Amino acid sequence: MLDVGLVVGRVLLTFVIGLVAVILLVWAERKVVADMQNRMGPMRSGPYGILQTVADGLKLLLKEQITPVRVERFVFELAPFLAAVPALLLVLVIPFARPLEVTLAGEARVLQFAALDLNIGLLFVLAMSSVAVYAIVLAGWSSGSKYPLIGGVRGTAQAISYEAAMGLAMVAVVMWTATLPEVSSLGAMSLSEIVLRQQASFFSGSLSWIPAWNVVPQFPAFVIFLIAIFAETNRAPFDMVEAEQEIVAGFHTEYSGMRFAMFFLAEYLNMFTMSALTVSLFLGGWGGPFLDRVSPVLATLLSFVYLAIKVGAVLFLFVWVRASFPRFRYDQLMNLGWKRLIPSALVWLVLSTLVVSYRQFGAPWS
Amino acid sequence: MSEPAQREDIFTIVGNLLRGMRVTFRQMFLPRVTTEYPMVKREKPQRFHGRHVLNRYPDGMEKCIGCELCAGVCPARCIYVRGKDNDPEDPTSPGERYGYVYQINMLRCIFCGLCVEACPTEAITMTNLFEMSVTNRDDAVYTKKELLVQVDGTPNHMFGEGPLVDLDELRKADGWMRATAPQGRVEYEGVTGWTPSAGVGLRPAERGQAHSSDATPDDETKEGGGH
Repeated sequence: MLDVGLVVGRVLLTFVIGLVAVILLVWAERKVVADMQNRMGPMRSGPYGILQTVADGLKLLLKEQITPVRVERFVFELAPFLAAVPALLLVLVIPFARPLEVTLAGEARVLQFAALDLNIGLLFVLAMSSVAVYAIVLAGWSSGSKYPLIGGVRGTAQAISYEAAMGLAMVAVVMWTATLPEVSSLGAMSLSEIVLRQQASFFSGSLSWIPAWNVVPQFPAFVIFLIAIFAETNRAPFDMVEAEQEIVAGFHTEYSGMRFAMFFLAEYLNMFTMSALTVSLFLGGWGGPFLDRVSPVLATLLSFVYLAIKVGAVLFLFVWVRASFPRFRYDQLMNLGWKRLIPSALVWLVLSTLVVSYRQFGAPWS
Repeated sequence: MSEPAQREDIFTIVGNLLRGMRVTFRQMFLPRVTTEYPMVKREKPQRFHGRHVLNRYPDGMEKCIGCELCAGVCPARCIYVRGKDNDPEDPTSPGERYGYVYQINMLRCIFCGLCVEACPTEAITMTNLFEMSVTNRDDAVYTKKELLVQVDGTPNHMFGEGPLVDLDELRKADGWMRATAPQGRVEYEGVTGWTPSAGVGLRPAERGQAHSSDATPDDETKEGGGH
C-alpha cells in the first residue's frame, strides 16, 4: 500500500513540477524575448503578466475545436495525444532532487525523486522522443491541408537526422559513466545513476569541491547533444516544422482549442524535459555545493533548487538563441545534421571509446 | 566583396554566433520603447495634430462666428459650417453670427491644421486626442455636440469617462498655436504668445522663447489672444 502511495505521489509530484515549469516557461520565454526586443511583453494578467499562460490556457480550453472537412478524423484527433502523452511520460525519468533516506512505517527507505527510476532511462528517453515525432507526422498528414503536410514532412526528416546525433552523444556519456565508480545498482543507463556518479570529483584534497560533471570530459558530446535537442524540440533556429513565415503554423495549422493546447503543452514540456536531461547528463543534475553539510531534508530541497537553477539557465539559452538567430533552411538543416553532427558524434564516440578502454583495460601493449 | 563566400573555420563561425548572441543580450538592459498603452500614454509633441475642438471664451461664449473660412480652406472638404444670426437677447457668440451647424467628417480629415490657421477667432484648434475609432461611419462625423468644449474648457470625449479616457490628456492644450506661433515676429520677443485655448493651462515655452506673460506686445498683436 505504502509502495503504491509513494509511486503515485512521485508521479503526481513530477507532473505538477512539469506543468508549473511549463506555465512559467511560456511566460518567461515571452518576457525574455520581449526584453531582447526592447518590448514590455505580457503585463496585464497578474504582476508582470505572470498569469498570462493560465489565461491563455483557459481561453484555449473554452474555444471551439474546429474539425475541418477534409481531415482524417481518427488520426487527426489521435495526434495531439501522441504529442502530449510521450511528453508527459518523458518528464517521469528526470531525477529532480537528491535521494532522501527516511524511515517510513518502521522501514528504512531511500526516496527517489525520479518518478520512473528505470535502469534503461536513456533508452526510454530515446523511445519516447521518437514517438513524439509521429504526432507531428500524423497531425500534418491527417489535416488534409498543404501547410500541415509540409510541416509534417519536415518533421520526419528533421527528427531522423537529429535523433541519431543525439543518441550517439548519449552513448558517449553512457560509456564514460560506466567506467566511473558505481553508486547504486541501476547501471550507467539510468539517469539517477548518471547524476549520482557525477557527484564525485576529479581531484582530491583542496580541489575536491569541484564536481566531476560530464560536461568537462564529454564537452564535444555536450555541444552535439545541445544542438540536437534544439532540433528535437523543434525550437528556433530549427523550428521549420512550424515555421510561421513560410507554412503558417506547420503541422498544427488546422488545430484549435484544446487540441492545439496539447501540442503547445507538449512542445514546452519537451523543452523543459530536454533541458533537465541536459543538466542530468552533463551538468551534474541536482548536484551543487554544501549538499553534504546540511541536514538531509534541507539537502534534498537545496538540490532541487540547484536543478531548477541549472534547468533555468539551459532554458534561457533556448530562448536566447530563439531571439538571436534566423531559422535554418531545410537543406542547411539536413546538411548540419548528416554531414556535421553525426560524423562529429561518431568521431567523438571513437575517441571516447579509446579513452574509456584505456582507463578500463590499460594500454594494449602493456 | 564579389568573390564567392569563403569557407570559414569553425572558430570564426562560433565567434560570429556568439557576437550575435551578445547583441541580443545587450538589448535586455536597454530601455523599453513600448508603453502599456491604455494605461500609460506617451508624451505627445507640443504641436501634435489630434482631433479638433471648438473653443469657448472664458465667460462661456462660443468663439466660432460661423464665417466658414475653415470650410473654405479645408483641402479635404471635410468641414461643413452653417452660420446663423445671434439672438440679441441671448447671444451664443460675441459677434453678429455664430456657428449654428458645425460638422467635421473625421474619416475625411487629413489633420493638416489649415482650418486652425484660417480661423480668425481661434475657435477651432487641435488637441492631443487621437482615439477616434467608431463602430459606425455616421459616428465619425463629429458635430457640435462632440466638438464644442465644455464651459470649463474640457473637450468632450466620444467614449465618456473610463479607462480609455485620460482626463489629463483632455485638459492638455492644443496645437492651435501652430497658426499663431510668434516665432520670428519682433513684437512677440519675450512674450508668451498663446492662449489657454482649451480653457486651461499655458503651454510650456517653445525653444527660443522666454516664458513671461508679463511683457506685452503692442496693441495690435495683443488682440489675437484670448486672455
